[in-house]
Amino acid sequence: MAWQWFHRLGSPRWFYEKTTPWLPWLATLSIALIVTAAVWGLAFAPADFKQGNSYRIIYIHVPAAFLALAGYYIMAISGAVGLIWKMKLPFMVMKSAAPIGALLTFVSLVTGSIWGKPTWGTWWEWDARITSMLILFFLYLGMIALQQAFQHRDTADKASAVLALVGMVNIPIIYKSVDWWNTLHQPATIKFTSKSSIDPSMLYPLLTMVIGFYVFYALVLLLNTRVEILRRENRTQWVNDLISTTNKRA
Amino acid sequence: MKFQFESIADFIAMNGHGPYVWASYAITFAVLIFLLVSPLLQKKAFVKQQIKQQKLAQANNSASELTE
Amino acid sequence: MRDNSPAASLLGGFIASFRRDLLIAARHKAELTNPLVFFLIAVTLIPLGVSPEKTVLALLAPGIVWVMALLATLLSLDGLFRSDYDDGSLEQMLISPQSLYFTVMAKVLVHWLVSGLPVTLLAPVLGLMLSLPIEGYLPLLASLALGTASMSLIGAVGAALTVSLRKGGLLLSLIVMPLYIPVLIFGASAVQTAVQGGAIGMQLAVLGAFLALAIVLAPIAALGALRISTNG
Repeated sequence: MAWQWFHRLGSPRWFYEKTTPWLPWLATLSIALIVTAAVWGLAFAPADFKQGNSYRIIYIHVPAAFLALAGYYIMAISGAVGLIWKMKLPFMVMKSAAPIGALLTFVSLVTGSIWGKPTWGTWWEWDARITSMLILFFLYLGMIALQQAFQHRDTADKASAVLALVGMVNIPIIYKSVDWWNTLHQPATIKFTSKSSIDPSMLYPLLTMVIGFYVFYALVLLLNTRVEILRRENRTQWVNDLISTTNKRA
Repeated sequence: MKFQFESIADFIAMNGHGPYVWASYAITFAVLIFLLVSPLLQKKAFVKQQIKQQKLAQANNSASELTE
Repeated sequence: MRDNSPAASLLGGFIASFRRDLLIAARHKAELTNPLVFFLIAVTLIPLGVSPEKTVLALLAPGIVWVMALLATLLSLDGLFRSDYDDGSLEQMLISPQSLYFTVMAKVLVHWLVSGLPVTLLAPVLGLMLSLPIEGYLPLLASLALGTASMSLIGAVGAALTVSLRKGGLLLSLIVMPLYIPVLIFGASAVQTAVQGGAIGMQLAVLGAFLALAIVLAPIAALGALRISTNG
């Protein structure tokens, strides 16, 4: 019986109806967490003694970077589940995850670059983490490009799932290589933040923001997947009924 | 827990780092809002299109009933 | 007398596929020379675009030769499965009883023999034109030999994914290039370190490890991708 929920995932309709009541909760929670953490981080957390106030960018840069990377794994694992169990729903999740992840990677790149200006005095530094993020961004772009290239939806799903898996295997290798390359070319004098020495008064707003971003990611992924479900099932009776009831209510 | 700045003007200036910090937050929140709004708009567009098609189908049905 | 033991049929399939592909490659001489000509022209652009100064070129040479070799390999990938897909022999291959891992492996090996290997052999000449210091030549050959083989294998997955697309060439480069980055980092670093007089055992070992990993995983992924492409 424990696996019943898993097999039900094969039914997009079940998933759609099941997740409807979740949405307001996720929305309230994520917005509350993100707003609280933003106010906390911007106004109430103490300034960094070295970087001054520019370090406050960390509260959005790091959560965005976390989700950018986690999003790739979510996308690749969904693709793998879709390939292995031949289910439709995971492919829809995978397809929805790609643009979200790409945008979050973009956010972490842009905020990192803006942060770099007051910290290093340059808009772009070939720092290991920034370079890895840039490559992650390329991986996302390739994924989106491949998805859009196929006429046939089934082929697009499976082909991009294979690419996502190949990317997932490669990500640790890419990260390690870029790390190594970076130590080769730049002695480790400039670092974003030394992780060990972050004060609790700075850490708590960051953790709040990270959780807020995770919940927000779940919400947005769900919303996009639900639209994808409707699009793909638009000929079915249940979608038709759903449309007529919303139509009557409006 | 205390407000870290002397005044609101001070808070906006952030000791000269204001433009960087506020630009980062503005861009991030713009993207977050876009991420939230775009699926909602897509759903709206989808529903609208489906309703149109349903109406078209109904009109076709009634038209074929009339001819019979 | 035919030997019907499984091992012999594995090897037989590999050899048959290998010979066929090599023969086809030999009959398409233009496709064979195009990556080399590209490699040559692209490297020539650098002194024209940057500076013909020997000290500048010597500094840039390891990276440039490696990047251009990467691009030359990339450009030759599109043809890896294309003709087999177009004439339907790919589908025949996929339903054949032979071990498909070895069939794909044979194709990749032929691809490397007609693109990666010539590029590797031409590289010292281009190194000479860019006044690469003398210590760099052997490491250049060794790192390119290992690196282009890995790149052919990784690229095979991309080629298999895009084979059914009419205009897959640019897309193929887009999805494969990020995956080449680790190979580029260690390959170029091997040459650079050698020029500076350092030991390069570590870089070559890592390149070897990439190649071993690619030999095990890439043909499996490419095979899965080919199945998807032909069913669609």
